This record gives sequence, structure tokens and C-alpha cells, in this order.
Amino acid sequence: MKRIFAFVTVVVVISGIMAWSTPGLLKSVHLGLDLKGGFEILYEASPMEGGEKVSRQSLLKTAQSLEDRANKLGTSEPEVTTEGTNRIRLKLAGVTDEAEVRKLMKEPASLTFRSKDGTEKSENEYNKIEMVGTDFVENAAKLELGSMNEPIVAIKVKDKKKFAEITERLLGKPLAIYMNDKMISDPIVQNVLSDGTATITVGGDRKKAEELRDVINLGALPLKLTEKYTQSVGATLGKQSLDKTIEAGLIASAFILLFMVGMYRVPGLIAAFTLIVHTWLLILVFVWADFTLTLPGIAALILGVGMAVDANIITNERIHEEMKNGKSVMSAVKAGDKHSFRTVMDSQLTTVIVAAVMYWFGTGAVKGFALVLIVEIVLSIATNIYLSRFLLNLLLKAGKLLKPKYFGVKESEIREL
Amino acid sequence: MSFKNLNYVHLSKYFYIFSIALTLAGIICLSVFGLNYSVDFRAGSNVDITLSKGITAEQVQPILDKLKIADEASISPGEERMNIRFTQVLNEDQEMKLKGEISKLDEKASFEVNTVDPEMAKELARNAIYAVLISCLGIIVYVSIRFEWRFAVAAIISLLHDAFMVVAVFSIFRLEVDLTFIIAVLTIIGYSINDTIVIFDRIRENLRFSKLKNRQDLIELVNRSVSQTIMRSIYTALTVFVAAFFLFLLGGESIRMFSLAMVIGLLFGAYSSIFIASPLWFVLKSKQKNKPAKAS
Repeated sequence: MKRIFAFVTVVVVISGIMAWSTPGLLKSVHLGLDLKGGFEILYEASPMEGGEKVSRQSLLKTAQSLEDRANKLGTSEPEVTTEGTNRIRLKLAGVTDEAEVRKLMKEPASLTFRSKDGTEKSENEYNKIEMVGTDFVENAAKLELGSMNEPIVAIKVKDKKKFAEITERLLGKPLAIYMNDKMISDPIVQNVLSDGTATITVGGDRKKAEELRDVINLGALPLKLTEKYTQSVGATLGKQSLDKTIEAGLIASAFILLFMVGMYRVPGLIAAFTLIVHTWLLILVFVWADFTLTLPGIAALILGVGMAVDANIITNERIHEEMKNGKSVMSAVKAGDKHSFRTVMDSQLTTVIVAAVMYWFGTGAVKGFALVLIVEIVLSIATNIYLSRFLLNLLLKAGKLLKPKYFGVKESEIREL
Repeated sequence: MSFKNLNYVHLSKYFYIFSIALTLAGIICLSVFGLNYSVDFRAGSNVDITLSKGITAEQVQPILDKLKIADEASISPGEERMNIRFTQVLNEDQEMKLKGEISKLDEKASFEVNTVDPEMAKELARNAIYAVLISCLGIIVYVSIRFEWRFAVAAIISLLHDAFMVVAVFSIFRLEVDLTFIIAVLTIIGYSINDTIVIFDRIRENLRFSKLKNRQDLIELVNRSVSQTIMRSIYTALTVFVAAFFLFLLGGESIRMFSLAMVIGLLFGAYSSIFIASPLWFVLKSKQKNKPAKAS
């Protein structure tokens, strides 16, 4: 009785958790652009003028400013990644006006130093542009340490006279530093600076000082972005193909589950249950690890489910074989489990090795495919090998299922010893 | 059942011939015609339009002429979809104008525009091929440790066979190869190795309990191993095949070629595990047996 109780508890509790959590989980799965529609651009960055090399710092800064801009446009979760030494990949979903976005994104970073001119609506606004990025010497902004050992940013301008005039006029007043339309810092002018250099204190915050330095250097030498590759998927198209694919997947799953139950009866039922748990766990991992589900991911999922089904088929076929050779139900299951365990492990581990190598050496889609496959196989070993055996053994030890017909084996097929 | 008692080793001759013939046909077709690459692998733009009402190619052609992008562009109209492929990369301006003009014909039109620098796709394909070749080394190491090197060699030949067969079929029937095709081939490789190892595992198990005196014993051992696992091979192939087939029939348009590649690959995967990989192992193994006495 105890074992039956344990069996029922495990099944009911897991089913309950799955039923309760699935709707929420499904909503929080991140879908890739190929599934939900959106817009992907690969930029190649090159310096605006001259043949200077693109520095890592300015590339990162450019990527960050792209992200800021995308966020401002109200797109959901922009994804910005740098690739190699001079490429930036930008993924946007939910873009309504694509032309506008592409135009805005390509605009180079604009650095301005501003003061107040009386038209400001709030305390933190500065409207009069005093200096622009190209007024500064390229790559001259540096991080230095002040007299109190606090980080300061040293800058150099091209036109000493202009800078002297500005600092004289704004002496004791703030001169705000803007990146595009975002204020980075608004230091107060302390002296009239006539030698074309200045230092800016940021209150001892090293991170802030570093950011300021990068912003000024980028502003002085903005990167030009050229679209190397663009791909846009209309949201309706993405949604359509996703719905169809899910529908096809559900029909295929129903077929597989029915097949398992039809062929293997009670163990088939357990296999169907563990297959569902397996898929649920996979979704859970996707949500927890913040993976993005893309088409390659779905391909890996299909392969993974196929292999999980295979694991069940191998085990149950082996049990059938042992039964047909005249073993009792108990010892047939024991022998079947033992022999098939090695088979399943070897086949799944070989595939894991293939996937691991693909992950290691692949890029982009290949990497995504391999990662999902590895996760799936690990989950599959946990559910379709361990969980299903555990459940089957609970039932067996409870004294149930001691007839071969519960396993889908006819008495007539059993060979007499 | 009859196929449980087939002489797989004996039959393999015919299957070798079949596979070699198909491989040769594939090589010839590939070198003469190449693959029917989609826009993913060619510079140019591909515009898919979902329409709410029928628009004919005659209506679209003047637009292309007007925008001066008609140069060898091919228009394939359909009921709810229209595909226009350009041999040039549309710039933003042209793209916007095209969308604008077509929206005039059908307000509800929704667009999917792919503008691709083929270098990116080629890079991914090259990379995928390297990844596959390196993973073969991984298989050699693992299978040689767990089994023996002959199994590894047979498994790799059979998985490369499967991958190549799909490429060959796509080349022969001029089916379109896009980026998802690469993923489909990777999936097939994963399936193929999994499928093969299971049969090899049974051969390994039977090897331990048998005394092989001559070539005939070895043939019997391979045949017995294959027939003991044949039901599993069929059931697994059947379930995975049906799943892929549903995806092909009902899945979205954009993954149609992907599912087709999967369906074809899965069939070859199941076929090669039974008729190529195991007999191949037999060939390698029989060479080792110090030239056993010729079987009667």
C-alpha cells in the first residue's frame, strides 16, 4: 500500500506543479526573432574619419548607446552583442516603424557640452550647445588620479581660444556633458582654462569616470555603422509560422504518446508521463537560464524528444525480449533495465559528445542547437531513465502489474523454458 | 516476422551498391549543378509578402520597373503569399518604396524582407562543416574507448553517409538550401549516431557471449544482433519520422525545407544504421580474424 501511495503522490504532485506553472512558464519563454518577428541588423563599425582602428572601448560604447536608443524607442528587450573586433549585432522585436528605427540607429554617437540658455523646463536640462564631439582631440580623454587620489578625467580640446572663452563665460556655472540626449555629467567650471586641457572630477566614482572617458573618446571619434546584413520578419508572419509549428508539434506528440501506451501499456503510460515531465523541465530551464528559443532550438528539441522516446522504446523492447524468453515479470524488468541502461547511456553520451564539440567550435545557430541538445539529453537521462524506472519499480514492488499483459506482451508470445 | 530473420550481412551488398550509386550521383550532380542555394547564400534580397487578396505578377512587375529593381527579379505569386527575389541587395530606400507601393495594392500586406550578405551564411556553413568533422574525432575517441575503433569507423562512415545523402537528394531534386538546412543536417547527424550506437551496443553484448570460430559465426552474430534490435529500430524510426512528417505537413512555410530535410535524413539514418553501419563493421572485423577459414 505504501508504495502505491508513494506512486500516486509522486504522479499527482508533479502533475499539479506542471499544470499550475505551465501557463506562466510558456508566457515567459523568450522567443527568437525567427519565431516572433522582429528585426536583426549586423553592423560593421568603422571610424568616421581616417583609417584609425576601432578600439574595443569605443565598440562597446557604441553597442551600449545602440541599446540605449533601442530602449528609448520602446522596443521590447533589445539584444545587442558585439562580434569580433568591429561588428555589432542588434536584435529588436516589436518594431512598428522599421525605417525610422534603422535611421535612428545608424546615427553616429553625438557628444555635446551644453550650458543653460533660459529655455530649460527643469533644473537638469541644458539646451545651449557649446561644444560638439569633434572639438575634442581624438582618444585624448584619459583617466588620471587627482590630489586626493580620486579618479578624474583629463581632456584635451582642439581650439584653445574657444574653450577659454566658454570657461570664462561659464565660470562657476555648470557645463553639462551629453551623449546623444542623455546627460552624463554636469561639472561646474572652476577655472578659466586657456591651455586647452581640463580635468573633470566625478565625485570619486571610478566607474563613472571610466564611462565619461569612453563617452568623450567615442564622441571625439564616432564610429560609422554600415549595415552588413539585415533581416526583418513581419510579426504576423512570425506568429503564423510559430502557431502552425506548435500545432504540428502537439499533433506529433499526441501520436507518440498514444503509440507508447498502445505498444507498452503500463510502462508506456509511465513513459508518456515522463516525456511530458521532460518537456516541462526543458521549458523550465529555458525560462530560468534565460535562453532564447529559436528555430535551431526547436530542431534540437525534436531530436531530444525523439531520443527520449528511443530510450523508452529500447528499455521496453528489452523488457519484452526478456519476458518472451520466459523470465518472470520482476526479473524481466530487472534484466531489461540493467541491459538497456548501458545501451541508452552509450547512445546518449555519444550524442552529447557530438553536441559538445559543436558547441565548442560552432557559431551562432550551430551553438544554439548544440546547447539545447546537451540540456535536453541531461534532462532526458533524469526523467526517461531514472524517473520512469523509479515509478515502474514502485508499482512492481507494490505487487501490481505482475502479468505480462500489462506490458503489452501476449502470453502466447512467451517461449516456454 | 520475416525481416527478423533476414541475412543483413548478405543483403548489404545490394545496399552498398545503392548507397555508392547515390553517392556518385550526388557527387556528379553537386559538381555539375551545385546546390540550389536560397538567398541566404547569395547576395540579394528576398521579399515574402503575406497578402489578404490576390495580387498578380503583372501588377507587381510595373512597380519593380518603376523602382529600377526589376533586373532579373523573379516573382512567384501565390494565393496568400507572394515571393519576390532580387539579384541585388535592395537599399533601405528601395525597400521602403517597394513596401509602400505594394501596400497600395493591399493595405493588409505584411512583409518579410531578408537582405543577406552571403559571406555570413557561407561562414556559418563552413563553420558547421568544421564542427561536424571535429565532432567525428570526438566520436572516434569515445567509441574507441567504450567499444573498439572498428565501431567508430563504421559509425562515422554511416553518419557522413547520411549527411551526404541529404545533400545529394537536395542537389538532385533541386530543392532549396537555406540556413535552416544546416541545422537539419546537424539534427540528422545526431539522430544517426544515436541510432547506430544502439545496434552496435547489441553486437558488443553478443560478442561477449560467443565464440567466433569462423566467418560464418561472425555473419550470424551480426545478423542476430540486428534482428534483435530491429523492432526498436523500426519503432523509433517510425515515431521520429511521423513527428518530422507532421512538422513538414503542418508546420510553418518558413521551416518547410527544414522539415523535408529532416524527413529524408531520418529515413537515411535508420536505413544506414541497419544496412550500412553493421555490415561495415563486419567487413572490418572479418579482416582482423586472421583470415578465418572460408565458410562453407
